[in-house]
Amino acid sequence: MTETSGLTAERCIELLDAREVSCRELVTAYLDRIDREDPGLHAFLRTRREAALAEADGFDRDGRTGLQGVPIALKDILCTKGEETTAGSRILAGHVPIYDGGCVSRVKAAGLVSLGKTNMDEFAMGSSTENSAFGVTRNPWDTDRVPGGSSGGSSAAVAAGFAPLALGTDTGGSIRQPAALCGVVGMKPTYGAVSRYGLIAFASSLDQIGPFALTVRDCALLLQVICGKDECDATSVELPEPIAVPDAQDLRGVRIGVPSALLEQGIEPGVRDAFDAGIRSAQGLGAEVVEVALPHAGYALPAYYLIAPAEASANLSRFDGVRYGLRREEDGDTIIDMYGRTRAEGFGAEVKRRIMLGTYALSAGYYDAYYGMAQKVRTRIREDFQNAFGACDLIAMPTSPTVAFRIGERVGDPWAMYASDVLTVPVNLAGLPGISLPCGLSEGLPVGFQLVGPAFAENRILSAAHALEGALGFDPRPPAPAEASA
Amino acid sequence: MAISDADVLHVARLARLRLDPEDVGRMREELSTILGHVQELSKLDLGDVAPTAHALDVSNSVRPDAARPSWPRDDVLRQAPDPADGGFRVPPTA
Amino acid sequence: MSTEAGRWEPVIGLEIHVQLNTDSKMFCRCENRFGEEPNTRTCPVCLGHPGALPTINAGAVDKAIEIGLALDCDVASRCQFHRKNYFYPDSPKAYQISQYDEPICAHGHLDVDGARIGITRAHLEEDAAKLVHAGGAGGRIAGAESSVVDFNRCGTPLVEIVTEPDLRSPEQAVAFLGLLKNTLQTIGVSDCDMEKGSLRCDANVSVRRRGDSALGTKTELKNMNSFKFLGEGMAAEIERQIGLLESGEVVLQETLHYDPAQRRLHARRSKEEADDYRYFPEPDLVPLEPSRDDVERLRGGLPELPGARIARFRDELGISAHDAVDLNATPAIAGYFEAVVAAGADPKAAADWVRNQPGAVDRVPAASLAGLIGLIAAGTITATIAKQVYGLLEADPASDPAALVEQHGLATVGDSSELDALVAQVIDSNPALVEQFRGGKDGVINALVGQVMKETRGRADARQVQELLRSRL
Repeated sequence: MTETSGLTAERCIELLDAREVSCRELVTAYLDRIDREDPGLHAFLRTRREAALAEADGFDRDGRTGLQGVPIALKDILCTKGEETTAGSRILAGHVPIYDGGCVSRVKAAGLVSLGKTNMDEFAMGSSTENSAFGVTRNPWDTDRVPGGSSGGSSAAVAAGFAPLALGTDTGGSIRQPAALCGVVGMKPTYGAVSRYGLIAFASSLDQIGPFALTVRDCALLLQVICGKDECDATSVELPEPIAVPDAQDLRGVRIGVPSALLEQGIEPGVRDAFDAGIRSAQGLGAEVVEVALPHAGYALPAYYLIAPAEASANLSRFDGVRYGLRREEDGDTIIDMYGRTRAEGFGAEVKRRIMLGTYALSAGYYDAYYGMAQKVRTRIREDFQNAFGACDLIAMPTSPTVAFRIGERVGDPWAMYASDVLTVPVNLAGLPGISLPCGLSEGLPVGFQLVGPAFAENRILSAAHALEGALGFDPRPPAPAEASA
Repeated sequence: MAISDADVLHVARLARLRLDPEDVGRMREELSTILGHVQELSKLDLGDVAPTAHALDVSNSVRPDAARPSWPRDDVLRQAPDPADGGFRVPPTA
Repeated sequence: MSTEAGRWEPVIGLEIHVQLNTDSKMFCRCENRFGEEPNTRTCPVCLGHPGALPTINAGAVDKAIEIGLALDCDVASRCQFHRKNYFYPDSPKAYQISQYDEPICAHGHLDVDGARIGITRAHLEEDAAKLVHAGGAGGRIAGAESSVVDFNRCGTPLVEIVTEPDLRSPEQAVAFLGLLKNTLQTIGVSDCDMEKGSLRCDANVSVRRRGDSALGTKTELKNMNSFKFLGEGMAAEIERQIGLLESGEVVLQETLHYDPAQRRLHARRSKEEADDYRYFPEPDLVPLEPSRDDVERLRGGLPELPGARIARFRDELGISAHDAVDLNATPAIAGYFEAVVAAGADPKAAADWVRNQPGAVDRVPAASLAGLIGLIAAGTITATIAKQVYGLLEADPASDPAALVEQHGLATVGDSSELDALVAQVIDSNPALVEQFRGGKDGVINALVGQVMKETRGRADARQVQELLRSRL
């Protein structure tokens, strides 16, 4: 049986090309591992063994090439036609989409074999996956801790060897932060690079789909599949240059900007140490490190927590019990009663909080002071990045101010939970691409190193991240899980 | 930044979220805390700054006026909580 | 009309929704077609399914620009869609994608009977679904009506046109709407059928003392789905408001719904609070920036508009202003009239015929009508006979008028000897009438003329007959 822990997509392709393993054997190895170990982690909400094996058999029978036959896990926020898609919410329990999203179509067309849908914070609102209506996901590095969120399931799945590739979504850091906490690579592309058609919307001007993988090159392979303009998404664009699988070995000529002022407070010492070590590695590869300023980045978190909930409040209004999903109706109810009951029962606490916040921020008399103001701050943040990129090629920061925190530690304090995103949300507000790659451990838990680039500088980021990854030599395999209890 | 129980009920009504009376107080506290953090923004003087509604500098994303087949009604109604007469039944509006 | 009416001036503004006749819907590619089986023209987008996204119909944008140009509006160099948030079962996303403070067209006008009516704006948005009210279903409280939602209409492209409060009477408002309808049909953006709902009109009505410049409190009138109901509704509301103000009461700002069964307006049960639509820019749609080249291309493609056509009929063809308006009731009638003139008919005669024979446009080819008019002008047939020939043409539109006259022997009796003989015959047969005439009763001549006409079966020129009779008597 193939050992899947630490197995990259590239290595899968080699094994399949050399016929050292059949597609069925490979897919079975992953599915069996999931069966054995996911009960302890709950990365997956549901798997699709029969369908996956049928696809694998097809490739074994008809021949395959490239990524065909390589397994993938999909965050349950991506609509898969004929297969349940819940967005981690009770209001969509049992919901079966009647169409495939743009990304999902591309993944299928590339022949990637979906193993199932992964757990997530409800409607992508959260930084720990504790807001899922269907139970928490545990961090493979320490099962008392969170994997991060909102794409915690996808991140944990890759870290635990349940899939070499996964798709997640990032609105305020929901790919990069869980990647950091689970010791894998996660990337948020430039806004518009990947179709949002079929992505159950949280904040439309911020959401992007992106890859999780064990290596930067694997991320690039998956980006090649999902990037590109989709006629069903008016905000998607063609990339100015195609994604290239990186092979750079050094960082000569690369200027890396560090916004020190932003990192003065709130970063755990262990995280800071690991980040600094990462910077030293980069310098060792020939990078020039310069100081940059992002004067308004400190306002990004409050701006984000006005813009995102505002857009979400409108995006989630469609969950009203009329056409799909949960409906709660009692005799004598008017439509307003039904709406109220359905949404009260179907949405979890965090989602309700954000809907309320967002509705308030848009409401008469408050728009200018809240939503309107936040959109102006957004302009300043974009400008800050543009100015900073005048002096450097990439900006580096820790991805998360802390390592994985304990399950239950932050659920009682929303703003403390939101603070997990302080180093990731500015990137979403500016619509820029960013990657997190693991750069070391702090107290035995992974630390993520974030690289941010100008719009459509994916190749620049991938190249630098690949070189750095080589120098850092991080082993993404978590320690073996404790013996499963009964 | 304090908001009142009345504000909470008003917003809940706008959002069609039924709040039990015992939840109103807690929601008010939570929202007040968050709004307190968000008030940071009022320190900035941004009078003339143009708001950013779109992260992309793109315009005129349109498609041709060409119809393509609709989804079969059976597929469309399969998910309906209460299908009736080829449509979606809903309780009275008033 | 109340005698107080003269002291009060009605002030009316209209909000018109026009469904565009595009092939596909505004934000998805479902077919844009009326009258299909429920929920057979839907997709994840117009159903508001999770993860679905809108895409802008370029054809709808062009038509919206054409509407703006036809109404002399400025076409924005940059405009944006907004979300208008409200919950109702006919709104699947619980927001309508519309335009708020950046509409595609603004600041235009339409001239109606010499009055310039300002057009504040014309913007694009999507139509809602249709609620069909059903009777109380089993298990429901008796009398309660549930509804069934049909999403076929949901997402149909709409242009909302808002006028300035420049209209001063229900008649003027109806005339305005008629010209607007004609204009939109002429440029081919909509079939403007109020019965099918492709043209809908709400009115904002207030009154003020004549001479005042401030506006009174306005009420909004909805659900008047014919020109007639619109006229009646507005008139009734004006009278109601005048009555209130005359008695020292105030007009409340409210929405009134027209009940076509009872032919009156009812106040909606007052809502606890006005709608807060929480408009914000639609993040799923990037801005539209119509190029000036595109705008000019669309302007160049516009046909002659009814307003201009009316003026041309009047100034170049010598038709009266009133008749010119009648002839432009629809593009079809105007086009028919022009074809009849082009086929050689005298414009005034053609105008009379087209106005008096409303069925002609559908039943008689223009060239045939022109031929008929020519036969009258040439004296080949009398006016009386002409009506008969027209009837024959309607029955067999492929026939030629001259041939019909020939076949049925309908030519005017111009031959004097035949006429002389008939006149003599009638004089001989009616000695009593002749004696009365000679005795001084001049009017009796008409009876004698009538007899001759009967003998000729209408084929004589009545004046000529009278002359002959008089000369003989």
